[in-house]
Parts: sequence; C-alpha cells; structure tokens
Amino acid sequence: MSEPELTQGWIDVELAEEFPELSLDYVWVEARSGRSPVAVRDRLRELSDRFTGLKVIHMRQDPVPWAYRVFFRQVGVDPDSDRTPVERIAIERLEWGGLRSANLLDDALVISTVETGVPVIAFDAEKVGGHLGLRLARKAELLGGGGRPLSARQIVVADEDRSLSVLFGEIAEERGVTRKTSRMVLAALGVKGVPAISVEEALWTAADVLSAHQYARRR
Amino acid sequence: MPDIAAGRTAIPPQADSVRPPSPPLVLPRTAPDERPARRTLLGQIERLESELSQLFCSTWPRHGFEWSVPSRGGPRMLSLADLEGLRDDLAERLSQTRRSFSDRTYVEDQNRRRIEEMLLEPEQHKWVRVANEDIGEPGCKHWHVRPRWGVLGMLMNWWRVRISSGCPLAT
Repeated sequence: MSEPELTQGWIDVELAEEFPELSLDYVWVEARSGRSPVAVRDRLRELSDRFTGLKVIHMRQDPVPWAYRVFFRQVGVDPDSDRTPVERIAIERLEWGGLRSANLLDDALVISTVETGVPVIAFDAEKVGGHLGLRLARKAELLGGGGRPLSARQIVVADEDRSLSVLFGEIAEERGVTRKTSRMVLAALGVKGVPAISVEEALWTAADVLSAHQYARRR
Repeated sequence: MPDIAAGRTAIPPQADSVRPPSPPLVLPRTAPDERPARRTLLGQIERLESELSQLFCSTWPRHGFEWSVPSRGGPRMLSLADLEGLRDDLAERLSQTRRSFSDRTYVEDQNRRRIEEMLLEPEQHKWVRVANEDIGEPGCKHWHVRPRWGVLGMLMNWWRVRISSGCPLAT
C-alpha cells in the first residue's frame, strides 16, 4: 500500500517565533469509521501488553512523551491534571486492564499514539477548508465559527476560515468525524524534541489502520 | 535678599536660567523586545519539568507527594508574567517535593537501621513492626518482632523477628 502524501500545515508567525519547532502535519484519508474489525481489536490487545505500571511511571522520562509534557507546561496546561494523550491512554489501560476498543477511528488514533507517542486528531474532510494550521484565537472568536467562545490567545487548529479545535482539546462539533464521514483529515502535532519521523510515522500508522480495514469492516 | 522672616529662602528669579534644562519627554517608539526573556523562561520551564519528572520517577513507589502545578488556562500563549509565575511555581513545587522526599528517605534509613537492630537484638524491640512501605519499597513484606512459642516466649523473653512476604490475595 502506498503511503499517503503528507502536507505541512502553516504556523502563525507569533506562535512560530515562540515555538520554532512547532509543526502540524496532516494527511487526507478515504475512510469511514465504524465498528473495529477483529484484527484491530487484536492489535489493541497486543499493544496493551506493552504498558506495565513501571513503564507508565517512567514514561514521562521517555523523550517523546516528555517533549509533550514540556510543551503542555509551556502553553499553560498542567500535564498532571490534563494528561498528554499518550499518558492518558496509558493510565486508562492501567485502570481498565487493557486498551478498550471504541470504533475504528478512535482505535486507529490510539494505536498510532501508543506506537509513536505522537497525538493524532481527525476531522471530517468535507467540513474543513483546504489548508490547516495553528494560530492563536482571535478576539471574541467562536470555536468552529458558531460554537462556544474561545478565550483570548488560545491555541487552535484552524483552516483558512475558522478554528476547528482547541489544541489537545475540544473539536468543533460540526468539524469532527461522524457516521456519515467518508473522507478524513488526520493531523499530528510536532513539538521541540519530537523527531519529524515520529510525526510522519504517527500519521502513516493511523492512515494505514483506517485504510487497511475498510474492506474488513464492511464485510 | 533672602526672605528670612518668612522662614524660607526666596529663590531669585534668575535662578531658573542657571538650572540645567530638563530633557524633553521621549516615549519609546517600539515596545521592548520580550523575546530573549521569553526564551529564557521557556528554557527554565523545560529544565524544571525535566527535574520534576526525574524526581517523580525517583520517588516511586512512594505515595503522598504533591506534583500538581496550577495550569494557566491553556493551551494558550502565556504572557511574560504568566511564564514567570509558572517558572516560580515549578521551582517552588520542585523544592517542596525534594524536601519531603529527603525527609522521607531519612525516616526510611532510620527504619532500615531499625530492622538490622531488630534482627540482632529482637528482645530489645518487642512487638515492633516495620513494613516495606516504611523503607520505601514496594510490596507487602514486613518484619515483626514476636515471642517464640507465644505466652511461654513472652515469659521466657524469647523473641524473634518474623518476616512476612507476599500480599494477601485479592478477594
């Protein structure tokens, strides 16, 4: 299977000056979500064996999870209260005794995050503009153009017209993936200390899981 | 003539001419560049977070330490004051936790020494019980000084250390 083409997102000047190594890469995938096939659920089961209590404790010293912890701090989020995506998955795995399957999209995002440590988010491709990027919220801006008000200088993922989601947070209701979605945009955030290859790997992994199981899911 | 009667010295009118002219009020045309200060603060936050993570791993499996540093309503671009506040809070949290950890390890050392003394002279430490948790180790093992053969041991002053290992089975 050929690897999907990655696109580099734009970064607002002010953000780029503050965090020179910040990046947002994304990829377009023809895929639908739905119930995960057995192969994906098996993969989740295998991945859950990687997390032992000791490994989760030491995870915050691993380079990639640590890089996201530092970024969380630098943008005013306490990673011990609002956990980084990979730490959140690890804690859930310890609490539930395994990685629980939700649906194909969520499972693909969990698999790619566990494999690489890089968080990936998904949008409905039909409901976002052409080019994605990161910027600061504008004065009195609403999430997604018609959602809740964003606070000033909040970091958001956006297209050319409007914000799509708060970084590491809420996705605008009308921009997220639904049952009707047949084409998605997967986006991964790179921060200082995270190799570009890890970001690419995260996107390829998620795209691969989604694409490879389209036929299996429909059977 | 100075106005002595009024209790003060009158300034002669020509004094203004000898006073140096005050410099014109000039406002800076550009805002001061915060970039170097911000970069330094971000670097300090990175270093402090690294030290806090190392300390977190060192304290395991002990419980009861406070790790949380209040969030700043992120994710957002913090102001210089916010960055300074965050840096100070992280430094304070690190310092507090290091102090508690140091106190805890001191007590654990004392407990380890006590176990050795218990093993050497159990009759001097009747009924003393030290658990793994008291020496900063995981597991349910504990050392307990008990009389050999029950009441007879108590009467004869025959004491020994019983070492219990393994956690009770989950119910």
